[in-house]
Amino acid sequence: MTLTIASSIDDIIAALAAGARPIAGGTDLVVGSRQGKGSLPDSLIAIDRVEALGVIDRGDAETRLGAGVTHARLMTEPTIVDHFTAIADAAALVGSPATRNVGTVGGNVMNGSPAMDTGSPLVVLGAQAELTNASGSRLVSLDELWVGPGTTSAAPDELCTALVIPNMGEGGGSAYVRLEYRRAMEIAIVGAAAAVTLDGDNVRSIRVALTAVAPTILEVTGLDDLVGKPLDDDALSAVAAAASEQASPISDLRASDRYRRHTIGVMARRAADAAARRASGEDISVPVNRALGVGATA
Amino acid sequence: MSNTSNLNAVELTVNGVPYPVAIETSRNLSGVLRDELGLTGTKEGCDDCECGACMVLLDGQPINSCSYLAVQAQGREITTVEGLAEGDDLHPLQRNILAAGGVQCGFCTPGMLMSATALLERNPDPSQDEIKIGLSGNLCRCTGYAKILDAVSNTAVELR
Repeated sequence: MTLTIASSIDDIIAALAAGARPIAGGTDLVVGSRQGKGSLPDSLIAIDRVEALGVIDRGDAETRLGAGVTHARLMTEPTIVDHFTAIADAAALVGSPATRNVGTVGGNVMNGSPAMDTGSPLVVLGAQAELTNASGSRLVSLDELWVGPGTTSAAPDELCTALVIPNMGEGGGSAYVRLEYRRAMEIAIVGAAAAVTLDGDNVRSIRVALTAVAPTILEVTGLDDLVGKPLDDDALSAVAAAASEQASPISDLRASDRYRRHTIGVMARRAADAAARRASGEDISVPVNRALGVGATA
Repeated sequence: MSNTSNLNAVELTVNGVPYPVAIETSRNLSGVLRDELGLTGTKEGCDDCECGACMVLLDGQPINSCSYLAVQAQGREITTVEGLAEGDDLHPLQRNILAAGGVQCGFCTPGMLMSATALLERNPDPSQDEIKIGLSGNLCRCTGYAKILDAVSNTAVELR
């Protein structure tokens, strides 16, 4: 087994073409191998020192979020906290400070877990993954990228180099909340993200996506009826009902399918409410779970 | 990087001292620190990134060394609990955790000290909540959290 430390994206692309697998913080890969979930690949290329992967570039129409940006940066970078707040909410809940220091958004996305915290925020914000190999780069929507638990449609020689996210217009807000049993080193029991834009008091657009209730992150459909009206209690109940109905959760050691199906509605309602409140200018600090007392208490 | 025996000759810088080691790629950092370098202050608890007993600093930031490949740490500054004291003078956090009675069995203490060191380095005036978040990756099975939090608060006051 070998590990090479890359100093450029070209180094990584060449190594992947030769059969290596990328490692950033190793918080999924190494932990998984120590838990016996799988053995480490024979050849690893360490991508965590490539500065180009750590760039956050906010343009006029979209923001390019480098795949190597760590959770610790996602929860504190003003560009993310101010404009893509749901991602910051999610990053702040990941693992512990040690996990957040080395874990990256690209690692989260490419690991393909349906429980990944940054996944549903990226979906509701309309992010696409930029995949790069020797022939160039292509943008892939996240629902095309994630094909099953721990499985992506990316080719083995493709590196996720960035997440490309359209900038939200004025009157936009987003939030991520999750159900958790403890405050650290927790994996979502269920989670929900929402992005809402408002025209005065009325909804101009709303997207909601769900974490840990389906084989992949699941976007809720059928919310168009909510557009043009205030996101009042009835509207939030409709969000909750749609989320619970569309979820297809499993039972495992952390929760039953029935419990997940019920609580995903509660989380979806809270996420939509917090996103709308942020859209209307209310300052709800990151993460929503702590600001609103959702999830585990101290 | 590999040869027929599958060992990598790498240099790890721990507490400012360069250590040449020959290790397999799959070795975790905590194991190399303990078994190759004899720095047994770093503990292995869960071996699963849950308990924080293995916490060390990598370029000043806490990481779980049980789940970090040692070869990936080459070229970086590794700080372990052995690097906190200056000669016979304990680090203020070490002094204060003793004074507050924040040590019972002691197994979590090195990891707690490393997380707290990084916390106070970036935030010299943490709130109680910020201290809890800073130590949130460290478990204490003797349930001595209150005195550990006191020790960190007291150190912050002392260092300001």
